Amino acid sequence: MSILVDKSTEVLVQGLGRTGQFHTDTAIAYGTRMVGAVHPSRAGTEFHFDGETDHSGVPGRDDAYSVDLPVFAGVAEAVDATGANASVVYVPPPFAADAIMEAAAAGIELVVAITEGIPVGDMIRVKRYLADKATRLVGPNCPGVITPGECKIGIMPGYIHQRGRIGVVSRSGTLTYEAVHQVTQLGLGQTTAVGIGGDPVNGTSFVDVLRMYEDDPETEGVVMIGEIGGTAEEEAAEFVATSMSKPVAGFIAGTTAPPGKRMGHAGAIVSGGRGTAAAKIEAMTSAGIVIAETPSDMGDAMVRALG
Amino acid sequence: MKVHEYQAKELMARRGIPVPRGTMATTAEEAVAAVGPLVQQTGNPVVVVKSQIHAGGRGKGTFREYPEVRGVHVVTAGIEGGVPAAERQVGELASKMLGSTLVTVQTGPEGKTVNRLYIEQGVDIARELYLAVLLDRSTSRNIVMASTEGGVEIERVAEETPEKILRAEIDPAFGLADFQANALARGLAIEGDAAGNFVRFVKILSQTAADLDTDLIEVNPLVITTDGEVVALDAKMAFDDNALFRHPDIAAMRDDSEEDPAELAAKVAGLNYIKLEGTIGCLVNGAGLAMATMDTIKHVGGEPANFLDVGGGATEEQVTQAFQIITRDPNVEGIFVNIFGGIMRCDVIAAGIVSAVKNVALEVPLVVRLEGTNVEKGRQIIDESELKVVSASSLRDGAERILELTR
Repeated sequence: MSILVDKSTEVLVQGLGRTGQFHTDTAIAYGTRMVGAVHPSRAGTEFHFDGETDHSGVPGRDDAYSVDLPVFAGVAEAVDATGANASVVYVPPPFAADAIMEAAAAGIELVVAITEGIPVGDMIRVKRYLADKATRLVGPNCPGVITPGECKIGIMPGYIHQRGRIGVVSRSGTLTYEAVHQVTQLGLGQTTAVGIGGDPVNGTSFVDVLRMYEDDPETEGVVMIGEIGGTAEEEAAEFVATSMSKPVAGFIAGTTAPPGKRMGHAGAIVSGGRGTAAAKIEAMTSAGIVIAETPSDMGDAMVRALG
Repeated sequence: MKVHEYQAKELMARRGIPVPRGTMATTAEEAVAAVGPLVQQTGNPVVVVKSQIHAGGRGKGTFREYPEVRGVHVVTAGIEGGVPAAERQVGELASKMLGSTLVTVQTGPEGKTVNRLYIEQGVDIARELYLAVLLDRSTSRNIVMASTEGGVEIERVAEETPEKILRAEIDPAFGLADFQANALARGLAIEGDAAGNFVRFVKILSQTAADLDTDLIEVNPLVITTDGEVVALDAKMAFDDNALFRHPDIAAMRDDSEEDPAELAAKVAGLNYIKLEGTIGCLVNGAGLAMATMDTIKHVGGEPANFLDVGGGATEEQVTQAFQIITRDPNVEGIFVNIFGGIMRCDVIAAGIVSAVKNVALEVPLVVRLEGTNVEKGRQIIDESELKVVSASSLRDGAERILELTR
């Protein structure tokens, strides 16, 4: 088992600019079942992808791939034609919120929004729009979701992952890679790694993902990576203390961040004394989460938490 | 992006929110010229001279050059000497305030230079309240925050008397409902005509937050006048940078003199840079990793000189510019490049590092740690460049190495 994505996940890509094309290619190389693209001005054509297979991905494939991805004008048409149940959004910020809502309206179960820089006001409306839909949104401003050896949706380097028994969840892309890399090197591997994104308003929270890991029989422990700003880590700590049986290790970035400054991520800001690393570390420690002192110690913290 | 008080009030006035009359002045002459018309138009003999900087606590702040002058001064015309005396007083104050350094609790000890003043009519105050519209991250909605404790820092109210803070959640599909605005008015014990005026005020204010993509609108104090008018006596607005593309009029209000020059240069280059006080420069991809790199430098006994996230789509030119921005800081004794490539490939970073080191003739030690997409190609580019670069195997290892090299 795993969470969110597996080998049955069929993925549409929304937004096929340079970034979208590059990462669609790496997803296909990994073995993700990419089934179509949404690009209004090129509807009816095909996008061609070929290259050498990434053998760190889905096992048992040929050494090379050559794929013609059909292009559709809208998500609804693409779902009708392909039966896709997931989509990945690389659409530029001004149009990304609309792309997410379009995917939800078309009945897509999982939307992974990679786009960074979507206005907060747009995301407030998206969350309201999704409230009565069955769609789960992961992101925006995130690296995506990967279940090693089955499905990679997003921009993470596939080869650092290895199938195993640890769940990873993070607000930061590159810190997710750090954690994954260490967990792989320790031979523990991952069930699934989820980037929930660095924006102040996002689709899926720490608590949502922790609950899924708790319910996933294959996941034996979780690495949770937070950062300054907001109270999502405190809420997660509360959930861990009351509702989780599995061990959790954690890291919080931003101990040295000056207050009132937005540290790269739109959501990473200490304002009015709230959202500090110290407060989060304290909440997580009292919930029994094993804290890594530096990002290089995240894997070791997981080992200690597993006992 | 923050704007000045006078700009926030201009935006409010455009939407029908009551604000006092006022004139912005960049010279003492302009300040003096504003006094007569203000007194004439409003019939109020009081004018207020307010320093315009992007920091709070102005009323209690003082000028480094003139410790007897505060950031905000009330001048009364029409008691003795009338308007001419008030003009003289405003002129004297303005010539001291303009170009001088205002130090408040929020500016830090270095203070901020005052380049603009706002000359504003006096208001007859019956009550001072607090009102704000801001994002509640737990519910992913904007909320209205209101309090009877106006004119003091809301953080202190939240700390000491949290029961005095009222909240109303704004449903993005419907806006603030009448019943919510009415409940706030009752909660603040606003009565008579003022209650209707308050309801109108708070409804426009919450719609303004959605329409203008504000991160924060804070009116502190919100004043109820002796006539029952509801007026924004002070106004603070901050906007979502990611939404400025659809508000060119607001984007044009940016005051570059309020920003750190190096941070501004970085922004132009598409980089996230924040200057700190330490000696180890950092060039990192990803905000979380950039923060964690600073934390790790501190953890092993060093002090980071900056936060710098080269972001996802960084080009070779951007990496070069990142190096130039870091090395412009004279405190920097060494640089730690920490890249875990996902969206950004290690070969792009490596090419950027090589050309940047050549371009800026780097004199300080450099430690590079690369991992991720195309890492082999990236390391190869570094190795074949014949640069004096120490490579590190992990974040912690890199932090320790750069610390050794700078000692």
